Amino acid sequence: MTRTYSALSLLREGFNAQQGWQPAWRDAEPKSHYDAIVIGGGGHGLATAYYLAKNHGITNVALIERGWIGGGNTGRNTTIIRSNYFFPETANFFEFSVKLYEGLSKALNYNIMFSQRGMWTLAHDRHGLEMLRRSANAMLLNGIDAELHDGAMVRKLIPGLNENPRFPILGGLNQPRGGSARHDAVAWGYARAASALGVDIIQNCEVHDFIVENGHVRGVVTSHGAIRSDTVGMAVAGHSSVVAAKAGVRLPIQSFALQAFVSEPVKPCLDTVVLSPATGTYLSQSDKGELVLGAGLDLYLSYAQRGNIPWMERAAAGVVELFPAFSRLRFLRQWAGICDVVHDSTPIISKTDLGGFYVNCGWGTGGFKAIPAGGWCLAHAMATGEAHPLARGFGLDRFRTGALIDEASASGIAH
Amino acid sequence: MSGWRTDSGLVVDRSKPINFEWAGRRYQGFVGDTLASALIANGVSIIGRSFKYHRPRGLIAAGLEEPNGIVQLERGSHTLPNIKATQVELYEGLVAGPVNARPSAEFDLLAINSLFKRFIPAAFYYKTFFWPNWHAFEPSIRNAAGLGVAPAEPDPDCYEHRFAHVDVLVIGSGAAGLAAAEAAAAAPGNERVMLVEADCEFGGGLLASADELEGSAPMAWRDAALARLRALPNVELLNRTMAFGFYDHNLVALAERLSDHLPPHQRKGPRQRLWKVRAGKVILATGAFERPIPFAGNDLPGVMLASAAQVYARRYGAVPGQRIVVCTNNDSAYAAARALHAAGCASVAIVDSRVSPGAPALAAAECGIRVVQGAVPIAARGRRMVKGLDIAALDGRHRQRLSCDAILMSDGWNPAVHLHSQSGGSLDYDDALQAFLPATAVQNAVNVGAAAGIFDLTAAIAMARDVARGTAVRYPAPAPVGPTRRFADGDPKAASAWLDFQNDVTVGDVQLAARENFRSVEHLKRYTTLGMASDQGKTSNISGIQTLSALLGKAAPAIGTTRFRPPFDPVTIGAFAGRATGEDLSPLSETPSHAAQLALDAVMEPYGRWSRAAFFPRPGEDEHRAVAREVMAVRQAAGLFDASTLGKIEVKGPDAAEFLQRMYVGGIRTLKIGQCRYGLMLSEHGVVYDDGVIARIGECHYLVGTTSGHASAIAESFHEWLQCEWPHLRVAVENVTTAWAVVNIAGPRARDVLAALGSDIDLSSEAFAHMQIRVGAIGGVPARVQRVSYSGELSYEVAVPWRYGASLWEELMRAGKPHGITPFGVEAMMVMRLEKGFLHVGSDTDGTTYPQDLGFGAAIAKKPDDFVGRRSIVRPDGLRPDRRQLVGLEVIDGAGPLAVGAHVLPGEAVEARGTQGWVTSSAQSPTLGRPVALALVERGGERMGEAVRIWDLGTWRAAKIADVRFYDPSGERLHA
Amino acid sequence: MLLIDCPYCGPRSEIEFRCGGESHVQRPGPHDAASDEQWADYLFYRHNPKGEHRERWLHMAGCGQWFNVARDTVTHKITAIYRMGETIDAGAGS
Repeated sequence: MTRTYSALSLLREGFNAQQGWQPAWRDAEPKSHYDAIVIGGGGHGLATAYYLAKNHGITNVALIERGWIGGGNTGRNTTIIRSNYFFPETANFFEFSVKLYEGLSKALNYNIMFSQRGMWTLAHDRHGLEMLRRSANAMLLNGIDAELHDGAMVRKLIPGLNENPRFPILGGLNQPRGGSARHDAVAWGYARAASALGVDIIQNCEVHDFIVENGHVRGVVTSHGAIRSDTVGMAVAGHSSVVAAKAGVRLPIQSFALQAFVSEPVKPCLDTVVLSPATGTYLSQSDKGELVLGAGLDLYLSYAQRGNIPWMERAAAGVVELFPAFSRLRFLRQWAGICDVVHDSTPIISKTDLGGFYVNCGWGTGGFKAIPAGGWCLAHAMATGEAHPLARGFGLDRFRTGALIDEASASGIAH
Repeated sequence: MSGWRTDSGLVVDRSKPINFEWAGRRYQGFVGDTLASALIANGVSIIGRSFKYHRPRGLIAAGLEEPNGIVQLERGSHTLPNIKATQVELYEGLVAGPVNARPSAEFDLLAINSLFKRFIPAAFYYKTFFWPNWHAFEPSIRNAAGLGVAPAEPDPDCYEHRFAHVDVLVIGSGAAGLAAAEAAAAAPGNERVMLVEADCEFGGGLLASADELEGSAPMAWRDAALARLRALPNVELLNRTMAFGFYDHNLVALAERLSDHLPPHQRKGPRQRLWKVRAGKVILATGAFERPIPFAGNDLPGVMLASAAQVYARRYGAVPGQRIVVCTNNDSAYAAARALHAAGCASVAIVDSRVSPGAPALAAAECGIRVVQGAVPIAARGRRMVKGLDIAALDGRHRQRLSCDAILMSDGWNPAVHLHSQSGGSLDYDDALQAFLPATAVQNAVNVGAAAGIFDLTAAIAMARDVARGTAVRYPAPAPVGPTRRFADGDPKAASAWLDFQNDVTVGDVQLAARENFRSVEHLKRYTTLGMASDQGKTSNISGIQTLSALLGKAAPAIGTTRFRPPFDPVTIGAFAGRATGEDLSPLSETPSHAAQLALDAVMEPYGRWSRAAFFPRPGEDEHRAVAREVMAVRQAAGLFDASTLGKIEVKGPDAAEFLQRMYVGGIRTLKIGQCRYGLMLSEHGVVYDDGVIARIGECHYLVGTTSGHASAIAESFHEWLQCEWPHLRVAVENVTTAWAVVNIAGPRARDVLAALGSDIDLSSEAFAHMQIRVGAIGGVPARVQRVSYSGELSYEVAVPWRYGASLWEELMRAGKPHGITPFGVEAMMVMRLEKGFLHVGSDTDGTTYPQDLGFGAAIAKKPDDFVGRRSIVRPDGLRPDRRQLVGLEVIDGAGPLAVGAHVLPGEAVEARGTQGWVTSSAQSPTLGRPVALALVERGGERMGEAVRIWDLGTWRAAKIADVRFYDPSGERLHA
Repeated sequence: MLLIDCPYCGPRSEIEFRCGGESHVQRPGPHDAASDEQWADYLFYRHNPKGEHRERWLHMAGCGQWFNVARDTVTHKITAIYRMGETIDAGAGS
């Protein structure tokens, strides 16, 4: 039986015809009662379950997933990890997430392949350059690594950029510790570690309703029957408002489809993550060799995880504008994820008007990078009833008070 | 080297040889060949290496489902990585080679990976590379991964887009597609029918068939059908055109290859064309893909799909071997056996997993083909190519070895349901066919023929015609396929039975995944990478599901299938970009005086969608000196500035004043005719969105000025409020930005210059004061003149019809010459407005700035009415005392200007922590001879005179908070 | 890519239009009578249904008119189109 992953265990199992590997996680049948229930088996939900057990010693936890774990946005994003944020609230939170990511492979004994090859944001005009400088300074003042480079240096550090672009490249802001990771591995790594600590992972289990007594949640009714608990956390980005509505909780969220694409795999040709604000295109090259591209949202409500043509054209044009040689590469696959969009693009990690019911949602297009911190903070809220200091600005109350944390507007960088 | 060329081949022209180069060696093929068929005919059996283990790989398919034959085509700027040899039409001088094999496909150094195969099973990389960290290993993994090499030079080709609207779109030109197109064209009401075929030849399976169809030979049937279709006026036929995406509302995307089949030097015009076809009805005649059989060693070069061998032999006259064993569980492979037998192979044997012989078996036996019933392949023999095949009964008994140099396999057929699935249609698993069939459609689309699981050609044609006519008929269920041998969990041979040939996923890997609880089909795919290669699992997905199904004892439908994603086959990125490249990506607008300004040596830069003069350097001047000179010229004499880009929106109607009163922070209702007023506009969220000057031209007529970047958006938002929120308001809105060219003449001599041009407007300060508008004529041209100033000097904005813009510019330059007129650009204007402390929305504001942060709090308090955004700015956050407010900054350390984007920290700060705001505008003031800056600073308004520290990329500066009005604070100059 | 039947111009592709979000959202007022909660509700809280959604669209590259659309957010099927100021019954299009 091989439980710990290492080069040695691979060697041993190589001689053992791979027969000794254990299930990465246990598929559990639900018990009737848990100390806590986490709805949603994506990265955030799995991380929440793991940190409930790891940080708070709450191991009698059910994680309920409607489909298969990691099958939502965790498995359909462009895997970018960064903390190039402007405001202290967001910068501190996402930086904490990056730091957790940096130690995650060892912490989980699961190689999530966090590849810190830099995250570049380009500036295409004078104003863009000024805004990058403002952001770089904000990052540095928040203790985050940032480098501001002029156009010549950007070209030197990112070979292949267009020599004659429509949108001039006047400079770039790099976060060297930014990068990408293997998205599925993050879900599986957390699932394996949470399961090992006693968390019940229950797949193919849909929440139909909430059990509410006197303004407090007492459990959920699922396709596997009623499961009771006085503490319920929800991390179902894309469907947040739909699930929360079953608990009678309204959320300031709209669901939009985000299109993403990969090219066929080629030998290394792009060594970093590049975002061009002028075209809204961002791309990187995975370890497998595929160019991974993100585009923008189809700006009408959608719960269909289907591809669409307009953004594919815009993203392609954006790629060709940045790297004219990539024009001859081919798109291999297109898909869409459903994003929780809130007005200020800042997440919601909050208690709700329903006692014992906590939500983790509103990640917009950038939830993947926040998985460790999102899980950490939701677990904290569920275990203590209080917002984690890093998530104090992420409450629902800000929509009433107007204390929004509007990163995109303040920094001019899409978040 | 066992492949060879027969003396026939239906579509290959033996009279036209073609020379080509493969992996550095010269070969010959014929017109009609693909690179794949030519390589087979030339006996090239190892065509590449697998992704992970670098095992030798030969071709297994003849179409776009090919997982192995991945090549690098051409060199230099025309190079294409990852092209399937089966899709490359041979042309004279073609140069290609294998990918991911060093130094060659025949001998690949990384084949050493194969020796370690047992230690690097599926997903091994999640279990190791922890110490010291992933970065220590990643570079070598990255270098080993990837297939071909991306071009290094810009793409020399261009691409284009086309739209089409058709009544019926037929996808696929096999017998079913041709029949469907013809029937659809004849059906009443169908004015436009389009038939598309991914291959260069129409005909699909007919190109390799030997069976008569409706009394004709298959090619004769095809030719007749094509001739009839070509004669029809309402039919459009597109070959080399792949339908790759089925999107919402019956939009099908096609990729047409226009010149890829020609030698690079003969290519003209666009290389590819992306079609977006909106179809009333889509008929999917997309055929089916044959499944490989999982058995040990099934990845050896020489193992091939039966249908592929049939296509190679009949269509191209290329045969993969001499001694052939065909393994099958269904009847279709008998046609392949007959084709190879007819081609003259030395021996052909059939191994059929079904126990009792059917009619094809009896017929084959009559031809002298050996048929072994109730047997399945166990293991291919050979190291670099097939030498033999061990077969046995399903229970493993009666093992025997057949000597052969090619093994053909058919494990049944998977209908090509990709487009159906993309369209949102559902799938049903058919136990008889062991395949997923299209079930319900969500859009107006129908599957016919093999795509619907109807493999009998006569039935497929009948079905296609019925569907095209709109009549529904039931068709007899096809014969069930025979059994497939599955591997027991733990069978060591499972690790050498391939499912995904390109990504190196074996049955053993699926067993490992199941053991580790990756049992959902999506987990299986993602964990093992099965089906994620550049063929997107066309030969592996369903086999993987069946393997898992057998392993778990769970029905295939319960395991499900992964969703089919566009594109059906990879599509060139450049084709999606189309013409949206270079300047055409986002064409820049030019003002009428663009050329005149260039003639004055203007440095043009893009500002948003406009190309504008940044500054006008004289010989030897850098930007800084040019801007300083331009500023001083305006301050001391007169300057000319092209302001045509400023937004101009006409608002007319009895309720125009009421409407603008609701749109702007300040009061508009009290504005008198001929007067102008500064207006600040908020978003409904309270954020400062735009500013500009609103002028009242007539009783019910206003001219709204906006910033250059926001003109369209504001006009659009006016429409939205009027149509959706206040439909009762009688207001008409028109964006006239590009109807009026505007020249701004500024400086103490501005009036003299303007007067020199001649005007019926009284320009005297008494008759025409600051913040007024006059309508009249300037130099004989109708003009609207506003006396407004962003520079702080006496200033007129003269608007004339767009076509007079250039001449107005030139006339003013001439008339101004005696007054020392100087053209100035955006940068000088920015310096001057900064000296004046005039706001630049977007620079001095951001998405968090409320009007009270800019000093508009008192004005708002006086206005009783509601306006857009009003309620938002008095939410608790808007009332916080520590909001960032716009202030001036004076440098007190004697150094140069502060950097825009530098942050403001408290005066006592010692640590680079805790920002209080940031510098939003900054310049060295030529007028004042010292640096000036604006900043958004916490509680800035109450901190006048306070010293602060400025931090920028590690450097500290000192400044003090000051009034924003650095120059002429009382505004005497602009009232001059 | 959606095909939207503009009530003024006829069916056109999605790229000619812009979606303005949920229809029939009431703007609270007068401004000094609306509570923070009411205002937050108006600004941020939408139904966001998984199913039929009433939304308004602008034919931006056409007639410049706004109109209402009832569309399923899962299948993207459009079940009704009606002009500003008009209403339809729930599920009228389906």
